[in-house]
Formats: sequence, structure tokens, C-alpha cells
Amino acid sequence: MELYRPRRFETFLMKFLPLIWANLKRRKLRTLLTLLSILVAFLLFGYLCAIKEALNAGVSVAGADRLVVRHRVSIIQLLPETYKARMEKIPGVASATHQTWFGGIYQDPRNFFPQMPVVPEEFLAMYPEIILAPEAKQRWLETRTGAIVGRKTAERFKWKVGDRVPIQSTIWAKKDGKRLWEFDVAGIFDGRDKAVDTTPLYFRYDYFQESRAFGSGQVGWYAIRVKDPAQSAAIAGQVDEEFANSPAETKTETEGAFVQAFAKQVGDIALITAAILSAVFFTILLVAGNTMMQSVRERTGEVGALKAMGFTHGRVLGLVLAESCLLSGLGGALGLGLATLLISRGDPTGSLLPTFHLPARDVLIGCVFVVGLGVATGVFPAVQAMRLRVADALRRM
Amino acid sequence: MSERKSGAGDGVLVRAGGVDKVYKRGSESVHVLAELDLEVRQGEFLALMGPSGSGKSTLLNLIGGLDRPSKGSVTVGGERIDELSDRALAAWRARHVGFVFQLYNLLPVLTAERNVELPLLLTHLSKGERRKHVATALSVVGLAHRTRHYPPQLSGGEQQRVGIARAIVTDPTLLLCDEPTGDLDRKAGDEILDLLQALNRQHGKTIIMVTHDPHASARANRTVYLNKGQLSNEPIA
Repeated sequence: MELYRPRRFETFLMKFLPLIWANLKRRKLRTLLTLLSILVAFLLFGYLCAIKEALNAGVSVAGADRLVVRHRVSIIQLLPETYKARMEKIPGVASATHQTWFGGIYQDPRNFFPQMPVVPEEFLAMYPEIILAPEAKQRWLETRTGAIVGRKTAERFKWKVGDRVPIQSTIWAKKDGKRLWEFDVAGIFDGRDKAVDTTPLYFRYDYFQESRAFGSGQVGWYAIRVKDPAQSAAIAGQVDEEFANSPAETKTETEGAFVQAFAKQVGDIALITAAILSAVFFTILLVAGNTMMQSVRERTGEVGALKAMGFTHGRVLGLVLAESCLLSGLGGALGLGLATLLISRGDPTGSLLPTFHLPARDVLIGCVFVVGLGVATGVFPAVQAMRLRVADALRRM
Repeated sequence: MSERKSGAGDGVLVRAGGVDKVYKRGSESVHVLAELDLEVRQGEFLALMGPSGSGKSTLLNLIGGLDRPSKGSVTVGGERIDELSDRALAAWRARHVGFVFQLYNLLPVLTAERNVELPLLLTHLSKGERRKHVATALSVVGLAHRTRHYPPQLSGGEQQRVGIARAIVTDPTLLLCDEPTGDLDRKAGDEILDLLQALNRQHGKTIIMVTHDPHASARANRTVYLNKGQLSNEPIA
């Protein structure tokens, strides 16, 4: 028959979109409210993902070839500076460098950001993800009280190169008994990518060592670079063995595990995020599912008329599913879009978080959730509409 | 619009033979149609009358492939439609049958032209071709000026005209009308009957119309009466 001979390609969606769209507009207020609830759910999803990313900052950039060595008892116990040379003698260790927690306050305790004394050249070689201009590096090496500060903190406090920054340490007193330390900003560093924490301030260890009133020759923890990441576990064991039965025994682990353990001090971020999102999406599933159920129940007679015209059960199923997916897709796209926009405008905590961005991976997961939500909310009404017998449906008009 | 050559060689388009239809209501069986035989010739305008619950709509549903007989056969255009699968039956309905309902069954969220276009979405016509067919169907029913109106903006008579345009837009073999004037006043009803008569006479459409209105059945070429599941050519006393 002429009408039914295939002529040209037109997708299901192109052909049926006006019908699907018109059905969504049937009860505008109901659709709008459902759309808003989906939007809010995906906005929340975006923010929680950004916060989770921030609290886990460092895990994703942790070097696969770096190990962290800390005191076996706790990270606040110090290790001897002399361990560096012994570590570097262990086969498979390429280099080692140390850091120490300074615990300083700038003006107000709420202005938290980390500060650590480091050996500049060793430190920069160990962490290539920290991007510092050569002239800044040169200035830092030439200035004993010099410090480099991450872009985020520099912008937060409007610091610029040449500024003298006073920081009150909560731990370290100087030999003159004062806890106020002053640093000269020698450079501002950036991260190789968005996941790199640009909140810390790093200052020179030699200045720290000469000025501190106690703890001379003691450092916080070590980072060591291994020659072959495949040997990390074996080398970690050798390091710990090297210092076994000494007054300062060590615990060595990969940098990723170390950062993860540090982040877990706040709580199991992934579990908390998953729990909140599960509750939110379960609620949205009920809201959107109810909307779809009501919407399809209201048009039983229309479904009957469509089937009388020749719409197959499968096509009716497809139409209802496409409608729920369109609703979910619109809400999800608006929610994720708005989340991306708002997150790109900055950290809502006023730079308390080390990084704040929505990773592309989470946007992709969000898109999968959008489709999943659309299918989950549409599947029951769609099957109901599919199973509807035409004669019964027409009687219900 | 032209009548398609889809009938059997003897000029009979619809043949129902020994049709039984039994509904189950709990443990009870209700015989709606019993050993019913009916033949409708191509180009005929048949009125099907009978009291409420006599099985008129059930018979119409069987002829239109919306339901299946419990026993017997239904042949349309030489094809045993009671033996088709659900999917094949849906495709058959799309190609061969146009339904006109008492309550119009239009989608209130679509304009008149979008409603009429619905059966064409199952074809492979392009958007432009569909638009042409829709314009033709709407002009046949005299609604070329109301294409962008939504059903709630139209009178009952106009809505039924849109329903008829939707039924004829694919140029079907058979038009099945279930109480097409049942929800209309006399004037609007007459206009619909004029239209159905014109489709039968001028376009050769085979029409089976269920009605309980003698005024409507008078427009048909032939009237059959259904009572207690049996057909007769004489009105029920």
C-alpha cells in the first residue's frame, strides 16, 4: 500500500515528539512541579559531587609512584630528619623529602589553610603537579623567609608577590618565645589541573629549623618516590622494616591511601554522599513516578483510541517511556547545567574547600542517572498502558 | 479518496460467520453474541441497531479487530482477522479501518490538525506529505478553517468532524462508527449523518454505524437489528 511503503528516514522521536511534548503540557503545573523537583535533585547531586571531590582532593592527583611515610603511632608524632638519608639508600627508592604540619592562623582562626615547611627544590621535584614560574622559584630560593602560596589562598586574602604575611602558629614557637612567624610571598603557584589543592602555603625548612624553639631535627612525614610503582608495596615494607624497633617506627603507604585515610577523618564521604543521594533520588522516583502514573491513568481512553488507530502495544510503551525520559531529561539537564554554572562561580564556603569543581566523570554519572530515573519512573505506567485492552480502554472514556 | 480493491471477489467486504462472544464475569459466563452471521458488501452503509447491552459495540469491535470472537470467524477483505497476532492486527487496523467514536476520543492537548495526523504517524509519509493528507481530510469534513484549534475550542459537531477526518485520513477500507451522533443535538447530528452519507455515496466508503436512533439509521442503505446476541432484519418488537 502506498502510504505504508518506506520513503525516507524519520526517527521515532522526531515523528512523535509533538505528541510526547503535548502530553507533558497536559497539566502544566503538575509537570512544572515535577520538573522542579528533578531539577533540585540534580542540582544537589552536582553540589554533593563537588563537595565529595573537594574532600577527597589529592586522591585523584596522588602519584602512583609516591609513598608517604609517617610515624607508626600517629601523624602528629614526629620523625627524625636523618631518616631521609636512610630511606634513599633502600633499593628502589629514587628520592625522599619531608613536610611538617605548621598549624598557623592568619588573622582569624576561621581563615584556615594548611602551611608546611619544605625543602624547596626537593619538594618541587617530588610534586610536579605544582606549577610555579621559574622566576618565582628563583625568588623563593634566594629568600630565607620566602614562601609560595596557592592561587586559591592568594586570591582569598588578596596576597601578591612581595607581601609580608604574618602567621600565628598554634604549635611552633620561635626561639624568642613568640609564635608569630612572618613570611615573604615569593611566588603564587597553580595546579596542573583542577583537582590539585591550591590552598596551602609552603615555606622554607631551613628558616623553620633555625627559628623553632623545639623539635630541632624532627619532621612531620616523608614523601618518597619509588623507581617502579609496581614495587611500591614491597618498598613500603622495606621502609617500615628499616625503622622497626627504633624509637620512631614508621608506617608507609601509597599517597592515595594516605590522602584517603586523611579525608576519612571527616567521615566516609562517599558513603555519606551516597546515602543523601539515595534518599533524594528515592523521593524523586516516587514523585515523578506518581506524576507519570496519574498522567497515564487520566488518558486511558486516549490510549484506547491510539490503539484502535493501529498503535501497537510496543509503540504505546515507547511513547510513555519517552515521555518520562523527556521529563527526567529536561529536569536533569537543567539541574546539572545549573549545578555546573553555580559551581563554576566558586566555593560557597568562602574558600574553605581546597578545590571546588564538578568533574566531567560526575556529569556523566549524572546523565546515566537521568536516563535511569526516566526509565524507572516510566516503566510501570508504560507497562500498564501497554497491557490495556482496546475495548476496555474505550469503555472507560 | 478512492475505495481500495481489498474486498473478496463476491463483493462482500465483511463476513462474520458463526460468531460467539462470551465474557467471563467471575465464575459467570455472559453470552453477548451467539452463532451470529453477518455479511456487509463493499460500498454499503449499514446501520446496526438494538437496545443497550444487545452487543452492538461488541460486534463492531470484532469487525474492527479491537477484540476477538470466542468462536467463529471474522473475515474482512478476504483476510481472517481473528487469526492475526496482536501486532499484525494493529497494523491491519492502521491500514484498513477508521473508527468514529461517540465521544470523539480526540486528544485535547493536540490541535485539530495534529489529531487528524495521528494515524499518519504510523505510515512512512514525510512531514509535508502528512500535512497534505491532513489538509485534504479536514477540507472533506468542512473544517479547513479550524485546523489550529484545540478540541475544547470546538463545538461537539466540529469535534466529531475532526474525529471523522482522523478516521478517513489514511483512506481506510472500512469506516466503523459507534453512535457517532449519540452526543450531539439534532442539527449537529444531521450534519454528521450528511457527511457520512457523502463519504459513502461520493467516496464509496463502506460504513458500519452502530446507533439506537431510527432517524440516524434511516440514512443507511440497510439496517440490521441485534437482540440477545442474534441479528434480524426486522425491528425488535
